[in-house]
Amino acid sequence: MTKLYRITMIVVLIAMAISMTSCGAKPESTEKSVKVLAMQQAGPTPEEMNEIVAKFNESNPGIKVNIDYVSYDALHDKIATSMATNPPAYDVILVDDIWYAEFAKNGYLWDVTSKISKETKDSIFAAAWDITTVNGVTYGMPWLLDEKYFFYNEKMLADAGIAAPPKTWEELEAQSLILKEKGIVEYPIVWSWAQAETAICDFVALLYGNGGRFTDENGKPAFNEAAGVETLQWMVDSIDKGIVNPASISYVEEDVRNTFSQGKAAFAINWLYMYELAAINTDESQVVGQVKMSLIPAFEGNAAPSSSINGSMGFSVVDKSPNREEAWKYVEFLTSEEIQREYSAHLPPVWSGNYEGEALNELMALNESNPVTVPMFKEQFPYSHVRPKVPYYAEGSKALQLALQEALTKSKTPQQALDDAAAKWIELAK
Amino acid sequence: MRKLLTLRQQEERDGFWMLLPAIGVFGVISVLPILFTLVLSFTDTPLSNPTPQNFVGLKNFLAFINSKDFWASIWRTFYFTSVSVGLELILGLGIALLIHSKPFGWQFLRASLIIPWAVPTIVNGAIWRWIYNADYGALNGLLYSLGIIEKYQAWLTKPFLAMNLVIVADVWHSVPFIALILQAALATIPREIEEASMIDGASVWQRFVHIRLQLLRPAILVALVVRTVEAFRVFDIIYVITQGGPAFGTVTISYLTYLESFTYGHLGSGSALSFLISAITLMLALIYIRILYRPEVQK
Amino acid sequence: MKRLTRFIKNSWLVVFMVPVLLFIYAPITWLITSSISTRAQLLAMPPRFFPENPTLKNYMDILVPGTAVSEVARTFKITLGNSLLVALVTTVICLIIASLAAYALARLRLRYKNNFIMGILSIRMIPEISLVIPLFIAAARFGWLDKPLVLIVTYLSFALPFAIWMLTTFFETIPIEMEDAALIDGSSRLNTLFKVILPLASPGIVSTALFIFLLAWDEFFFALIFTSTTASKTVPVAIAEFTGRYAVDITAMMTGGVLAALPPVILALLFQRYIVSGLSAGAVKG
Repeated sequence: MTKLYRITMIVVLIAMAISMTSCGAKPESTEKSVKVLAMQQAGPTPEEMNEIVAKFNESNPGIKVNIDYVSYDALHDKIATSMATNPPAYDVILVDDIWYAEFAKNGYLWDVTSKISKETKDSIFAAAWDITTVNGVTYGMPWLLDEKYFFYNEKMLADAGIAAPPKTWEELEAQSLILKEKGIVEYPIVWSWAQAETAICDFVALLYGNGGRFTDENGKPAFNEAAGVETLQWMVDSIDKGIVNPASISYVEEDVRNTFSQGKAAFAINWLYMYELAAINTDESQVVGQVKMSLIPAFEGNAAPSSSINGSMGFSVVDKSPNREEAWKYVEFLTSEEIQREYSAHLPPVWSGNYEGEALNELMALNESNPVTVPMFKEQFPYSHVRPKVPYYAEGSKALQLALQEALTKSKTPQQALDDAAAKWIELAK
Repeated sequence: MRKLLTLRQQEERDGFWMLLPAIGVFGVISVLPILFTLVLSFTDTPLSNPTPQNFVGLKNFLAFINSKDFWASIWRTFYFTSVSVGLELILGLGIALLIHSKPFGWQFLRASLIIPWAVPTIVNGAIWRWIYNADYGALNGLLYSLGIIEKYQAWLTKPFLAMNLVIVADVWHSVPFIALILQAALATIPREIEEASMIDGASVWQRFVHIRLQLLRPAILVALVVRTVEAFRVFDIIYVITQGGPAFGTVTISYLTYLESFTYGHLGSGSALSFLISAITLMLALIYIRILYRPEVQK
Repeated sequence: MKRLTRFIKNSWLVVFMVPVLLFIYAPITWLITSSISTRAQLLAMPPRFFPENPTLKNYMDILVPGTAVSEVARTFKITLGNSLLVALVTTVICLIIASLAAYALARLRLRYKNNFIMGILSIRMIPEISLVIPLFIAAARFGWLDKPLVLIVTYLSFALPFAIWMLTTFFETIPIEMEDAALIDGSSRLNTLFKVILPLASPGIVSTALFIFLLAWDEFFFALIFTSTTASKTVPVAIAEFTGRYAVDITAMMTGGVLAALPPVILALLFQRYIVSGLSAGAVKG
């Protein structure tokens, strides 16, 4: 072996060793960049988000904003893996209500309590702050105050001779049977009961409408109490009765929207974003002009007339980001009142002033869907329920998702499935 | 004064230097990490703070032995591997023999085989996912227009069926590999042996079993080992088609490890799991080699 | 008479060929026709085998800048570039290191040769999942996450054993005499490797390079865990992101699929001779 070869080998090995240990210190570029991780399916469309960035750059020219989109189901894991690197892959992340406890505990989120002025604090719904605040510390700006709404196809109901949408689930069953009998639609209602978070959302909406609750006063799982089992049993039975589209057990919200928008369902519950796309957008829907919203029904005899699920999200700055201040500026801009009002077609503003008096009228005049969605939001919001804010929610939720699927696919009885899930929750809480 | 080395010693010295880069890479990228995995498997390290901490001894391993999910996923992985590889072997052998008989257009067939093999596994998953789609998929469309089913089915919502459908997707992708290997091996069987056996008056079946199959042994061994190891650690196709569902029906051992490590954030138990997978895979490979590797018998 | 029997035999076999070819081509055709349909056409029931008005719009969306409707489609091109970079660099590095090692294993008498080969085989058995956690932790510590470099380095873990195995097999098939002549003339080992072996084994090298490129292009798991943004995201990850539970963008998914499959499929078809020889080398030598 030539001496040259050996020397080259040694040099290469040393170079590799050096590069491995010294990596991590990167030269700072003069232009600050903010990397954002968001989700495409709710809130403004990516084009609108880009418009917002352009507007942001008018007042903040030196800050470059880059937005990456992933699907909701991938968002959690993506955040978890991208936080491990130093500096983190993203500066701003979209965080779902149910992850705040976990992410706060893991130290991903920047504490911004002190950065929020009293004025801001007062102008936003208290319930919105509940989303981004954990143990009194605020970790982000509430951005998407969303809940599920009840949609129905007015034309189908009229054709069947039904005057008004159902107020209780029992009424819905009766109306569904009529629709089915008259051949107006084969499966009157479509749900999103896939083995994903969305099934839990539907379950929670039904659960609280049956006098049930997710956890009890001590934080212990209560979804396997009588009310919970009854609710799940009702879900299973409704498929057997033929009023629920059987494909619902593999559907998520987009599938519900598709089915409803093609006139293959008379009833559906979904997030706010569906309204514009189903009721107004002629490219996306075949039932434009036939879609109405009303309060989500509850079960007969329930204390409250309605029950929905609160699925809100907030934007947070990553604690270890090297560009925290710039990132915060962007978050503030994105969630500011003017921007929220302007793009309110797909998300209702979190600023409470917009829902009273003059401001309300102005808000409703901003686009075609607001006159329907804004009052609906106001009406439904008091009845929307949150899921438990615990750091182990991700794992616990998977157990409950599994339970719902098992019951719906009839591999376990509702009682069995829910009991198993409850056992998992108790275990996780330790 | 440089020492004079014998030729043999020179070779050893040269060999060392030539192997050094490879050894270096393996050491850093494979050996160290796997030792690290072993260390981690005795800890409870969270994803949010990924430095080894919280020594917990054998707790992770014991937790798995007691966990229903774990055994279920082991069972599923074995099921997937055996059915998948079994089908691939049989079909692959058939196709190899078919090509070997050189019917009209055999070159086209052989070239076509390359396509499913070269398509990336993720694209493979995407294609089949779309085929199995409950509302607009080709499978539904085809069976419906042939009158085989009355109504469109949501194929992927039934756990056992979903598993088998994933197997179909995997078979489509992997049969070419086996077929091509076996066909190449068949092509190396000297004509004299084939002709000799024909003259001897052996029947087609006898010819097949005693001559071809025996001579194919090394190739079958290679194909089996490679495919079994791959099938055992299947992940990509599950991630794309079913994400482990429905009702965890397609959670194989690799997917379970992914869930543990990156969704729930328990790097410690994830490491324990992955270590177990390596051990099982290695064992499987050794078993194969023992069974199938025997000195060739000349007829 | 013999020609008749042969003809009958041929047709009998062709009957078998048809289902096999159908099985191979049906999904591919479905992929391609889906990519040239519009979303509305795809959502028709029952699905048509061929769209009424095939359109290249989906391809334009992805490939031509500025017309993208979906954000993910816009960034798809970038991921194609990343995949190409990672696959090429991995292949080159692998070939270099593996050639050296393979030569040593094929030609030199080494005491520990068998141990080394056993070692390599065992390393090949290690599933990616066992390596991913420590590699992830290490990459996080050194700030290497979300860079193409981390993929190149980690891909070596499975590409290198494979390359060494293949190249060793190929080198062994070269007659010793060729080298002996050079060695006698006073050439060093390294020189022999470059001037004699490599040229003779070039089909084998092409074969190996092809396999490694395909392996790297195809890899998903490491890419999923180690990359986040378009700085390093590769094509399989991009496709997987199309197919999240919200498969809204079916046409984009299929179009992306075609684009992702084109490089490996074209390469494999062009060089199929080498693929087949590579596989047979593996099969015969074991």
